This record gives sequence, structure tokens and C-alpha cells, in this order.
Amino acid sequence: MDSELIPEGVQRCSLGKFILWISACGVVLLIGVYAMILCWVKGLNQTNMNDAYGFALWIWADLAIIALGGGAFFTGFLRYIIGIKELKNIINYAVLIGFICYSSALLILAIDIGQPLRGWFIFWHANVHSMLTEVAFCLSCYFAVLTIEYVPLVLENRKIDKIPFFHNLSHNMHEVMAVFAATGAFLSFFHQGSLGGVAGVLFGRPFGFREGVLIWPWTFFLFTWSAAAVGPCFTILITKITEVATGKKLVKDNVIELLAKISGWMLLTYMIAKLIDTWYWATHTAPALGFTLAQFYTSDPGSWYGYWILFLEVVLGGIVPALILVTRFGRTNKLALWIAITLACVGVCTNRWVMVLQVLAVPVMTFDGWFTYFPSWQEIATTILPVAYGAILISLSYRYLPVFPQERELNPLPGQETETVKQLEEDQEEPVGKLSPAAETA
Amino acid sequence: MEKGHNNTTAKRYGMVIDLDKCTGCGACMVACMQENNVPFKKDETDKVKSITWIRVYKLTNNKPYPNTEICFLPRPCQHCSGMGDHGHSPCVSVCPATATDYGMDTGIVSQIYTRCFGCRYCMAACPYHVRYFNWWDPVWPKGMEKSLSPNVSVRMRGVVEKCSFCFHRYQLAMDRAFYEGRKEIEENEYQTACTQACPSKAITFGDLNNPKHAVYELKQNPNAFRLLERLQTNTKVYYVSSRKWVRMAGDNYLEQEHKEIAKAKG
Repeated sequence: MDSELIPEGVQRCSLGKFILWISACGVVLLIGVYAMILCWVKGLNQTNMNDAYGFALWIWADLAIIALGGGAFFTGFLRYIIGIKELKNIINYAVLIGFICYSSALLILAIDIGQPLRGWFIFWHANVHSMLTEVAFCLSCYFAVLTIEYVPLVLENRKIDKIPFFHNLSHNMHEVMAVFAATGAFLSFFHQGSLGGVAGVLFGRPFGFREGVLIWPWTFFLFTWSAAAVGPCFTILITKITEVATGKKLVKDNVIELLAKISGWMLLTYMIAKLIDTWYWATHTAPALGFTLAQFYTSDPGSWYGYWILFLEVVLGGIVPALILVTRFGRTNKLALWIAITLACVGVCTNRWVMVLQVLAVPVMTFDGWFTYFPSWQEIATTILPVAYGAILISLSYRYLPVFPQERELNPLPGQETETVKQLEEDQEEPVGKLSPAAETA
Repeated sequence: MEKGHNNTTAKRYGMVIDLDKCTGCGACMVACMQENNVPFKKDETDKVKSITWIRVYKLTNNKPYPNTEICFLPRPCQHCSGMGDHGHSPCVSVCPATATDYGMDTGIVSQIYTRCFGCRYCMAACPYHVRYFNWWDPVWPKGMEKSLSPNVSVRMRGVVEKCSFCFHRYQLAMDRAFYEGRKEIEENEYQTACTQACPSKAITFGDLNNPKHAVYELKQNPNAFRLLERLQTNTKVYYVSSRKWVRMAGDNYLEQEHKEIAKAKG
């Protein structure tokens, strides 16, 4: 029924099966939308946030998905600025994942503020000294860049591409994509960094506060670094999950291994910086403010933040995946790769959790206790909403758009194996730009 | 002395609270709520969702009976001026929409309710928990709305509020002074509601820069301290206590520092 919309030379599941899957995701999405509307109509009293926990689950989700969505800017940077051609085979997916992550982050921010109709004040009455202002500006601009990067892929839908105007628009957008990729990388550096600065500048919160250079605390650089390191891991993870879900190989191993290798070295260098930061903070910054590391990681009443969370973040979610990914065995062994990319994503999410929720949980005044919080169902539903939205957008994009340039080659249709191979051989002789329209989408 | 706006001398309004005098009666909290139209709910048992611009904490020395001691510590907004006294308070510097501001001529940290869009970053930044979010729209018991102060705007759901050192009283005093052809106001012309309500006169309010004001002398008491001074928030609320454990409770110290302080001061 929708076969005219499906890219040529690839196979998709039946429309009925597809609708069933989309409907299942849609149910989760609708629950999230209902919770979101409750928050907008009735206010943030629908959440379990309180005056001690002004930032909670949503802000963690926001920071986490932005870090995970970092694959878009870093892969774009590697593809267009550094010029690593192999990555053209995964850049479309990285952009799509980034688009989902960033649009979700903006939606969460819109739910999280007490007066959503005044959200524009952040631009109109901007306080240039606030890290959140920098976040808002860079996030919005970068989302616009991601939209520009995603649009050409949409225009390559078989039906849309037949319309000359859209065909030419898509072609011309490809021509200037490097400019947008560079702009995206620049903007991402600042908003990833300023998200790190959000907790780092809080000199009233010794757990989050860090010294730094000029106006930027060290967390500014650590956040950018970690997003660049783990973003590609998340791109690989979602690619692998998509491969399992579709039962097809979609990206060649050499592409995955190359991205994993870059990610591994980024993660390893990040971990060295992170360890130095943690050591300096534990031995200099915090003691100068009257705190010891043991006060932050304790089993005192109300605290469930023991040393285990530091171990999870730094060792299990950082050092272990970094060491796996920098070895050839780790990248080529399927199980090791799965473990490494999953742990890396868990590690960066734990880091964001710690830098949002633990910052607020730690008592600062001597007569304060640890603050506890557990999210309401409305918070959980709205946090899961982006997952359902992401699954739907990925499913639609995969079904109707040429997201994976290597899919035809890796999965030739029955009876078309020889034809496909011939076609690909011919393609390979032509300039890279003509290999596949989707190949150059970014 | 620094010059403020309108060629008046820059003030540095602050408080000195004598903890030896505070009985923990809570009159300051009641007066503050009445004066500033602070909203309340039927059920106020959940204290992390309860708005109290000034909150009385109960401190203990954690010693078993019969050596147990307690102390009540009223905590309004500390009106931090930050490192170097430049108005770089934890909350003002982070607000993305300039909805909270530091008055260089009074030293008072203000909150612009109509500009706040409720991101709560200021709440995360404040180590004293003086900032409160309006999780609900204010609802007044029938007839009580008639007792609301016309000088203080009520706040709507979704914005942050906090102690203003009864800034409207400062504005009224300045208006009167202007009408009478004066540029400065006397100490007794501007006093906060909590100061006036305190039955044991534990709270003293005035210009910390002005030698004619009582707070000028009081803050120099050797037993005076401020909360979390090590964070360099540079607050304008001083506390006085003759009890060492109370003074030590004002800040965080490492174990070694505790020993050194004990050794030095006996």
C-alpha cells in the first residue's frame, strides 16, 4: 500500500506490522502527552519536585539526551571538517538521532519551566552571565542546524524526490552542508560546555562547583569532551539495536569499528581528564570549602549516594569501555563492543545524574540533612515520551527514507544480488557524491 | 563611601540576629507571611513545598542528655553580595532572564516576579534554601484576601519568590523622605516586619555601612558569624551566639580544622 514511498531496492515489513509497532509506541507517546498536558494545565505541582529539588528527573534527562545526541555534531565534525569519508555511511543516522535528542530536550525544557508562556524571556531578558542563557541560545540554534541537516534526507524520499524543486533543493543543501556541519560543531561545543557549566559555576554547592579558566569551570570542557566521546557510542548502540530489530546488517563493520576507535580514544583521554578533575576536586576544591569526599559519598540517613555511584560513573562507565574500545579485539568482538558502548552510555548518563541530582541532594548547611526525591508518574511518563517519539521517528525514517547508504549492498533483494553488486561496482567508479543521494546527507 | 543612585550614599542593609535571645517562637515567620502576602496551603506538613521567607531552624549540639543543647536559628534571605562585594550572589549570577537582581544602592537581592519564568536555577544555586517556588496558585481563605497588603504583589503559580527585606517598606520610607525634602532615611524609618515582630528583640536590622545604625556595632561582636562564609557568598545576615558549638554550626570544617579551632580557642 505504501510501497511507492519505500526506497528502491530495499525490503520493509508489511504495513500492518508497521502500523502495529507504531501504535504500540503511540500508546506510550500518548500517555506522555497526557502527563505533559497535565503539567502545563495544572502546573508543576503534578511533579514530585520540591524547593530542595528544583532540578530533578527532567533536567537529568535533558542533559543525558543532549550528551547522547552529541554523536551528531562530533560525527559531522569528523566527516566534514576532518574529512573522514567512511563516516558518510553513518552520518545520516547520527543526524537523525541527534535531531530526536535535541527536539526532545527542547520539549522537556518547555515542560520543565513554571511559566511556559514566558519561555521566550530567556532570549528577551537574557542574562549573559548565566550558563542557562548560553544553553538556550546554542541549543535552539543547533536544533535549527540539525533540522537543516535532516531536511535533505526527508527530501530524498522516493516520492518527494520526483518533484524537481525538492530534488534540486536537496542537492543544493548537500552542497553547503559542510558549512552547517561546522556551525553545528561550533554551537555544540558551547552548549555541551555550558550545560557542564550549569553545575560547575554553583559556588554555593561544593559538590558541583569547580574551578576553571576565565569564566568557564572545568566541567564546561569535561561535558563537551564526554559528549564527543560518548555521542558516537550512542549512535553505534542505536544502529546495533536497529539492526537487531530489523534483522539486517545496515552499516559495514569497518565504519562501526572506525567510529568506535575514535570514540574509544576520546573516552580514554576524557577519563584521564576526568580523573585529574576528580582528584583535584576531592583534595583541593572541596576541602577548601570544608568538605571531604566521604561527606559526598555516604550512607548517612537520606543518602543513597555511596562510593558505588562514583565507581559506576568513572570505572564501569568510563575506564572499562574506554579500554575495550581502544583495543582491536574490543572493537571487532561483537559482545565486547556491545558491552563497551552500553557501559559508555550508562557512564555519561550517570555523570549527568550526579551533576544534577546529587548536587542538590548533598546538604550544604551543617544543620541540613540529605534531600530525597522520587519522581511522580507524570515526570516518568514525560521522560519516557521522547523514547516513544524517537522510536516512531526512527521507524518512519527507516521505512521511508534512505537512511543507510550501505543497506542495499548489504541486503540485496532475492534475485537482484548480481544486479546490485554490478550497480554498486559502477557506483564506486563514480565520484563519492553520486554514490547515493543519502550518502552525503548530513 | 560608595555613591548609590540619586546622589544618595550606597547602603548595605543587613541583619544581626542574636541567637542567644531567639526563643524559636516563630513570630517573625508569621509577621513575614502577613506582611508579604506569602501564600499557604491547607496542609503545610510537607516542608519542602512550604513557602516561608524566613524559616526558624532548630539546631542541636547532638549531645546526649543532660548535655543536650538546642538553638533556634531564623534564616531569612542572606542577601549575598558575593566575592568582592560586586553583587555576584549565587542566584543573581545564574538567573537566565535577569529576574533577580542585586541593588548596588541597598545591597538587597530582589526578585522580579513578572519576569521569572520558573526555571528554578536560582533555587539550585542557593545553599541557604531561601528561594521558594510557587508550585500552586495562591488561594486565600474566604475573606482573607481583604487583609492582603496592597504594597506587595501576590505571586502566581510557576514563579520563584523569596525574602526581600521588606523592600516595599524601604520604598515607602524613601517616598516619605523625598516628600519631606530629605535624601536619606533614619534607621527607624525602615525596619523589616520580622524585626519588629520579634518579642525578644533578637533581630536587629539596619545599614551595615552606617556607624549610626545598631547593626554596625553588633556585627563586630567577636561572637558574630555568618552562614557558610567559606563559600564566599558574603552574606548580609550576621548571627551572634555566645555558644561555640552554635558558631561552629554556621560553617563546614574538616576534622583537622575542628581540632585546631578547639586548640586555639579552648
